[in-house]
Amino acid sequence: MAEPFLSIQHVRKSYGSNTVVQDFSLDVEPGEFVSFLGPSGCGKTTVLRMVAGFEEPSAGKIVVAGKDITRLKPNQRNVGMVFQAYALFPNLTVAQNIAFGLKVAGMSKADADKRVAEMLDMIKLPQMADRYPYQLSGGQQQRIALARAIAPKPKLLLLDEPLSALDAKVRVSLREEIRSIQKKLGITTIFVTHDQEEALSISDRIAVMYGGKAEQVGTPFEIYNRPATKFVANFVGTLNVLEGTVTDAAAGTVRVNSEQVSLKGKLNGSKSGDTLSLALRPEAISLGRQPGRDSSLSGEISEVHFLGSVIRVRVGIGGNTVSLDTFNSPATPPPAVGEKAEISFSSSDMLVLH
Amino acid sequence: MKSGKFWAWVVFIVGAAYFFIPLLATVEFSLRMRRGVHSFDAYQIVLGDARFQSTFLYSVVAAVFTIILGVLIVVPAAYWIRLRLPQLRPIVEFITLLPLVIPAIVIVFGYIRMYGSNSPLPFLGSNLGANALLVIGYATLALPYMYRAVDTGLRTIDVRTLTEAAQILGAGWGTIIGRVILPNVLIAVLSGAFLTFAIVIGEFTMASLLNRPAFGPYLQNIGANRAYEPAALAIIAFAITWGCMSLIQILSRFAPKSANRPN
Repeated sequence: MAEPFLSIQHVRKSYGSNTVVQDFSLDVEPGEFVSFLGPSGCGKTTVLRMVAGFEEPSAGKIVVAGKDITRLKPNQRNVGMVFQAYALFPNLTVAQNIAFGLKVAGMSKADADKRVAEMLDMIKLPQMADRYPYQLSGGQQQRIALARAIAPKPKLLLLDEPLSALDAKVRVSLREEIRSIQKKLGITTIFVTHDQEEALSISDRIAVMYGGKAEQVGTPFEIYNRPATKFVANFVGTLNVLEGTVTDAAAGTVRVNSEQVSLKGKLNGSKSGDTLSLALRPEAISLGRQPGRDSSLSGEISEVHFLGSVIRVRVGIGGNTVSLDTFNSPATPPPAVGEKAEISFSSSDMLVLH
Repeated sequence: MKSGKFWAWVVFIVGAAYFFIPLLATVEFSLRMRRGVHSFDAYQIVLGDARFQSTFLYSVVAAVFTIILGVLIVVPAAYWIRLRLPQLRPIVEFITLLPLVIPAIVIVFGYIRMYGSNSPLPFLGSNLGANALLVIGYATLALPYMYRAVDTGLRTIDVRTLTEAAQILGAGWGTIIGRVILPNVLIAVLSGAFLTFAIVIGEFTMASLLNRPAFGPYLQNIGANRAYEPAALAIIAFAITWGCMSLIQILSRFAPKSANRPN
């Protein structure tokens, strides 16, 4: 395996007796886009701030391109960062903001002007050079902040919830723009977010964090389809959780609401009589028996929400409620509340949460 | 007219009269130097007086140095307290209020005891030293106004994020304060500076007890010995102070818009 570009090694951060990051390790490949995903207070921003140099780790090491940067000051790290609050300098124009890092680095005016023009072209705002930050929209300000961070050609780009303050539409377009610029420049990037859709849509890999630890690190596909822990399964995507009892551990059968489901090979370590939490994504469930689905459960429709192209149906199964989506078909009326219903799924899609 | 509005006007007129009648009376009196007619004779005498010019110039120079000293002390201190030591803010605010509580005469007697010509730091042993001590004293007197003005300015910007944004772009502390923080609180600094100017121009106690040829003692001296000139001087001093306040208002219109915080 190639040498990682960024290596965070057993990093810990404590404030007095309160440990906010515990034994966090992660290797990031050159040019990789890695997201730290987690709820507020999970330590994702603290790890990012330790990489930036704004916080000093209580233990552990941070290595960039083979060089230990753990004790370096932020202005010695050659790292670019985009903040949630934009952090453009209000007294400087757009061009002066982008040129700030270049001037600090001692670049000549002619070279700096050329680089600023390149950056403005890259973010498609060449006409904004002489505007002040207060004359720009939130999305424009954040693009300028991105250009300012990239202009000095940093080794590493850190994005601290850069889209959180923007409205939904701008958020989607800007995240695509960020990803395309990152790919074009091939810059290694860490992106902090609490928005799973954001993380899933633009990352090469995601580190899902909880309680100061990385619960799981993997590709968006792995994180979504094979969550390693109950927390990851619950946090990423919508999940239906059913309680089941192991009836035959050797055969891998589980009883869910008086019906048997075969989960061979997934019950590692469970004994007969154990109660398990089983999870199913809504898109893995069909209403009625469908070919190719080897398991089914019976219940009663408790709620129906017509959402236009999709109809969200909730089915009560014993003490559990399962949510599933079906496509709207103009020829077929939606199911009615109180109707008996059968749901089917492939047992291979069922997750056993540990 | 609604009764509420009527009473509001009554209060306004009474308040305005309370402030303006003595002022108008002073103006009117200052114009009466020549018997039977109104003239600017008192103003001509005052403005033509060499001592007026020299003491006024002395106080202006002292004010400029006081402002420079105040900015050098207060801006980094207020910035650092906002950035790294917010828990010290109540203590520093209390300290900056002390010059309002402790009379200037107490401070100046302390200076005379501490920095007399026989002390280890004989500021009062030379003219330059005494001038420096006066500027230090003025900076102390102006501290409550300067600190509050700068602190209010810092409150309008996201000090921490701007500092971090500059740091990550490679800036050191000098660049951060000089190119990012100071320009964004410049209007607040100017407000503090003009308040300092107004205080220094009229200050009497320190200048008199340190035996400095400042405008305050000159004002007092004229007031004790002449009739019409003190009134003219009071109006001139008032105009200078008022001019300073107007400048604050005008300059505040040019304050950089705060766009560093998300909507």
